[in-house]
Amino acid sequence: MAESVAHQHVARAGATGRRRRVFKDGKGWLFVGPFLAVFALTFLAPIGYAIYLSLYRNQAFFGGTVFVGLDNYTQALQDPKFWEAFARVAVFLVVQVPVMLVLALLAALAIDSARLHAAGFFRIVIFLPYAVPGVVAVLMWGYIYGDNFGLAANLNDLLGTTAIQPLSSSWMLPSIANIVTWEFVGYNMLIFYSALRTVPGELYEAAAIDGAGTFRTILAVKLPALRGAIVIATIFSIIGSFQLFNEPNILRTLAPNVITTYYTPNMYAYNLSFAGQQFNYSATIAIVMGVITAVIAYVVQLRGSREAL
Amino acid sequence: MKSQWRRVRQLVVAGTALTALAVVAACGGGSSNDSASGGTTTGSADAVDAALKAGGEITYWSWTPSAQAQVTAFMKQYPNVKVNYVNAGTGNDHYTKLQNAIKAGSGAPDVAQIEYQALPQFALPGSLVDLNQFGFSQYESAYTASTWGAVHAGSGLFGLPQDSGPMALFYNKEVFDKYGIAVPKTWDEYVAAAKKLHAANPKSYITNDSGDAGFTTSMIWQAGGQPFKTDGKNVTINLQDDGSKKWTGMWNQLVQGGLVSNIPGWTDEWFKALGDGTIATLPTGAWMPGVMESSVKAGAGKWAVAPMPTYDGQPATAENGGSTESVIKQSKNPALAAAFVRWLNHDEGVKPFLASGGFPATTADLKDPAFVDKASAYFGGQKINQVLTSAAGQVVKGWSYLPYELYANSIYGDTVGKAYQSKSDLNAGLTAWQEALVKYGNEQGFQVNG
Amino acid sequence: MSALTSPLRPKRSKLLTGVMVLYLLYTIVPLAWLLLSTTKTQDDLLSTPGLWFGKSFAFFTNIKDTLTYNDGIFLRWLGNTVLYVVVGAGGATLLATAAGYGLAKYKFAGRRAVFAVLLGAVAVPGTALAVPTFLMFSNLGLTNTVWAIIIPSLVSPFGLYLMWVYATDAVPGELLEAARIDGAGEVRVFFTVALRLLAPGIVTTLLFAMVSTWNNYFLPLIMLSKPNLYPLTVGLTQWSNQATGVGARPIYNLVVTGSLLTIVPLVVAFLLLQRFWQSGLSAGSVK
Repeated sequence: MAESVAHQHVARAGATGRRRRVFKDGKGWLFVGPFLAVFALTFLAPIGYAIYLSLYRNQAFFGGTVFVGLDNYTQALQDPKFWEAFARVAVFLVVQVPVMLVLALLAALAIDSARLHAAGFFRIVIFLPYAVPGVVAVLMWGYIYGDNFGLAANLNDLLGTTAIQPLSSSWMLPSIANIVTWEFVGYNMLIFYSALRTVPGELYEAAAIDGAGTFRTILAVKLPALRGAIVIATIFSIIGSFQLFNEPNILRTLAPNVITTYYTPNMYAYNLSFAGQQFNYSATIAIVMGVITAVIAYVVQLRGSREAL
Repeated sequence: MKSQWRRVRQLVVAGTALTALAVVAACGGGSSNDSASGGTTTGSADAVDAALKAGGEITYWSWTPSAQAQVTAFMKQYPNVKVNYVNAGTGNDHYTKLQNAIKAGSGAPDVAQIEYQALPQFALPGSLVDLNQFGFSQYESAYTASTWGAVHAGSGLFGLPQDSGPMALFYNKEVFDKYGIAVPKTWDEYVAAAKKLHAANPKSYITNDSGDAGFTTSMIWQAGGQPFKTDGKNVTINLQDDGSKKWTGMWNQLVQGGLVSNIPGWTDEWFKALGDGTIATLPTGAWMPGVMESSVKAGAGKWAVAPMPTYDGQPATAENGGSTESVIKQSKNPALAAAFVRWLNHDEGVKPFLASGGFPATTADLKDPAFVDKASAYFGGQKINQVLTSAAGQVVKGWSYLPYELYANSIYGDTVGKAYQSKSDLNAGLTAWQEALVKYGNEQGFQVNG
Repeated sequence: MSALTSPLRPKRSKLLTGVMVLYLLYTIVPLAWLLLSTTKTQDDLLSTPGLWFGKSFAFFTNIKDTLTYNDGIFLRWLGNTVLYVVVGAGGATLLATAAGYGLAKYKFAGRRAVFAVLLGAVAVPGTALAVPTFLMFSNLGLTNTVWAIIIPSLVSPFGLYLMWVYATDAVPGELLEAARIDGAGEVRVFFTVALRLLAPGIVTTLLFAMVSTWNNYFLPLIMLSKPNLYPLTVGLTQWSNQATGVGARPIYNLVVTGSLLTIVPLVVAFLLLQRFWQSGLSAGSVK
C-alpha cells in the first residue's frame, strides 16, 4: 500500500521537474562534514605545515632557521636527482599501470562471467597478495630474486646461464614492477568486480533478448558500468606510481648500490627528512611532486568521468 | 532540519579552527635544537649517588639483547628505581625516533643507546648531557683508549663505553685448508689468497663487499687515514689522504678484479654464504662470534680467528661498531639517568652484557684470564679472545668520525656504490662521496674544507 | 542460442579456467614460499631450498613459539591491531560512505572544491608529511597513544571516491525523494534507504580500509615508541631486525609464521564479507 502511494508521489514529483531531487541549501555538509573535519586535521594541517616549512631553510647544526622564500623551489626544479627520480617513476607508470589494470579487468570479467569453475576461490587467492604484510616482503622477494641461493639462482642453473639477475640495475625497474603488479592486481580486480555486481539483471536480460553474445554483452553492458571504477582505479594507480616507495625501499637492503636514496621522488623526500634532517627541502620536493601528480590526476579525472561529477 | 546542518557546519568550522591552532602550535614549538625542559647543567659526583638513594623513574631505549636482563638485575639491586625498558627499534629506526622526539621537545627517553659513529651527531647540537659534571672523567682508566675517545665529542664526555669492536680476521679454516691457502698476515698476501681462492672455485670469494660505509671507514682507519677532522664549526674532509689511498690501492685490486662477492651483509643470503663457504673470510669487529654462533649454525667448527692483515706486517687494527649509553638533555632526572649509565657500563651491568656474548670495552675484563682463555666450541676450540683482546690494544690512534656520520653512511651507496657496481676505481667513488659530504656540511652550518 | 547456454546462464569454460589457473600460479609462487617457510625451523630456513619443506616439520612449534615469544607480546600486538582496525577501518568506512553519499546526492556550494582539494591532498607523498604530522601530534600530546594511529586511519580518500562513484550509480534519486515525501529526515533517509543499496560498495570500502589499516606500518613506526602499543606490522619488523648487528638473534621463522597468522584474519574477513556482493539490488525498486 505504501509502495503504490510512494510511486504516485514519485510520479508527481517527477512531473514538477528536477528541483526537488537535489538540495541547494547545504544539507550535504551534514554528511560530508565529519570526513572533512578529520581530513583537515590529518591531511590539510600537515600539508599547510609542509608548505610553511618549504619556505625556510634550517641548518641542523649551526645557524638556525632562515626564511628563503621560493629558493627551495628553484633548487628543486633544477635538481638533477629529483628529475632522474621523476623520469623513473614516469616510465614506470606508463608501462606498469596499464598492464596491471588490464590484468585486473580481465580477471574481474572472468570471475564475474559465471563461466569460471571455482570463481570464489580465484577471487580470494588473487586478492591475497595485497594482504601480505610488508615485513615479509624482503625475505620473500629476497628469496625469489636471489641470484646466489634463491629462485633466480635455481632458474639460472636450470637454464645453464647467469643471465637472470633481477637485482641488477638493468632489471631493477621491471623487478619492482613485477612486485607491484603482483600485489595490486587483486586490489584493482575487486574494485572492478564490486562495480560489476551492481549491474541490474534486466540489462543482461535485455542484451540476451537482443541476441548479444558474450563479447557484445561485455562491450555494451559491463564496460560502460565499469567506467567510473576504471577512472578511480586509474587515478589512484597513477598517484600510487608517482608515490612509489615501499617496493624499492624493500629491495634497497638487497641491492644498496642499485637503489639510491633518490631512486624515486618519494624516497628522495623521505631520505632528505630522515637521513639528512633536511626537513625544509624534503617538504619542497613533496609539494612539487604533489602538484605535478595532482595536475595529472585531475586531467585524467576530467577526461574520464561523466558530467554529473 | 535546517538546524541539523547548521550544527554540522559549526562543527566543521570548529574543526578547521582547531586544526589551524594545531598548525600554529606545531610551528611555534619544537623548532629549536635544544629542548627547554629538563637537564640542569650543574651537578656533581655526589649527586649521582644521592639520586640512586632517592629513587625515581627513568626510561631506557636500547636494542642490546641483554638489556632486559640488565634492567631486571638493576631494579632488583635498587628497588626504589623503576626503569622502563623500551626497544624502540634497531639502528636507524631507533635514531629516527630519537631525533623526532628531540626535535619535538618531548617523548625522548632518559637514557638511550647510541653507537660510537652516531654520537657526535647527537652531542654537537647539545642533545646529550655532558657527564663530566658528574665527575665521570675519573673512569678513564677503566676503558680502552679508543673507546674512551669514542665517547667524547670535543671536550665533552657523553657516555660510558658499552662495548668495543676491534677488528680481526675471521676465516673459514675448512675452505682455506681445502684450497691450500695460508692465513694472510699482510694485505698483499690477502689479495694473493683472494686470487687463488677464486681461481680454484669461481663460486667462492675471499669476502663480500657490496659497499659498507662502516667497513670502509674502519679500513681507512686501519691504514692510518684521518679523513675527518672536526674543530667546533670547522670540518675538514679528505678522503684521498695517504691512509685512504693506501686502502684503495689494495682494495681496488679486489673490487676491480671481481674478487669480492656482492652479497650485501646481514641478509638471508649472506648468512647462508657464511655457512657454506661461499664467503671465506670476514674482516670485522670482535662482536662477530656471538652473531655467528646464533645465526650461522652451518659454520660451526669451521671458522677460526686471526689478527687483521696489515700493510707492513706490524700489528695494527681499527674499531668497527660498538655503542655507548647516553643521557638525553630532555631527561627530568639526569643524575639518576647518569647513575644508571654508570651501573650498566661500569658496575654490575657489565657481567650480564658479557654473558650474552658482548665484547667488552673495560680493560679489566679484557685482561681477565677467564675471559681471555675461554675456548670457543664454535671456533673449533680456539681461544679466540686471545686474538681479540690483543687486537683491542692495537687500535690505531687518532681517528674521529664526522659530526654527521649517519648521513654520510646513508649516501655511501649513492656515491661510492657506483664504483662497486661498475667494478671501477674506488678513488673516484670516494671523491664523489667527499663532494656530497662537503656540500651537506656547508648546508648544515659547518665550514667544510674538502 | 538455447536456453541452457544463454548469456545469463552460460556454460562453464575449461579454457577460461585454464588461463586463469596460469595467472593463479603466478600469484601463488611467493605465497607458497611463505607457507612452506612457516614449516621450517630457523636453521632450516637458511639451509634448505625455499620452495620445498625443510628437514623437520616445525609448523606447530613455530606457531606456539610465535604466540609465546617474549611473554606473548604477539598476542598483545594482535589485540592492538584488531582495535586499530575495528575503530579505524570501521570509522573510515562510515565517514567515507556518508561523505560519498553527500557528494553524490546533494548539490551544494563548494562541492567541486572538495573534490579538487581532496585530490590535491592525496597527491602529496605521505612520507614527507610524516614529520609535520608527528610534530603536530606531539604538540597535541597524542604521540605514543592509540589515537595517533586511529585518527589518521579514519580518512580514506580512496574509500570516499569509491563511495562517491558508487552512490552516484547505485542510489536512484527517486527512491530518496519517495522517502522524503513520506516525511523522513535526511539522516533517516540515509540509514533506511541508501545504506542497503550501497552495501556492495561499503563492503569493498570496508575491506580495503581493513587491509590498509591492518598493514599500516609507516605512521605507527613514527608515532609509537612503546612496544606494547605496536600493531603487528611494526612488531614483526622489530623481530625481523633482530637479525642485524651486534648480538644478532635472528628469528626469521617467527617473523614468517607471524606474518601468516596476520593474514588469516584478513582472509576470514574477506570470506565473511563477500556474501554482501550481490547483484542487482536496485533492480526491483524503481519500476
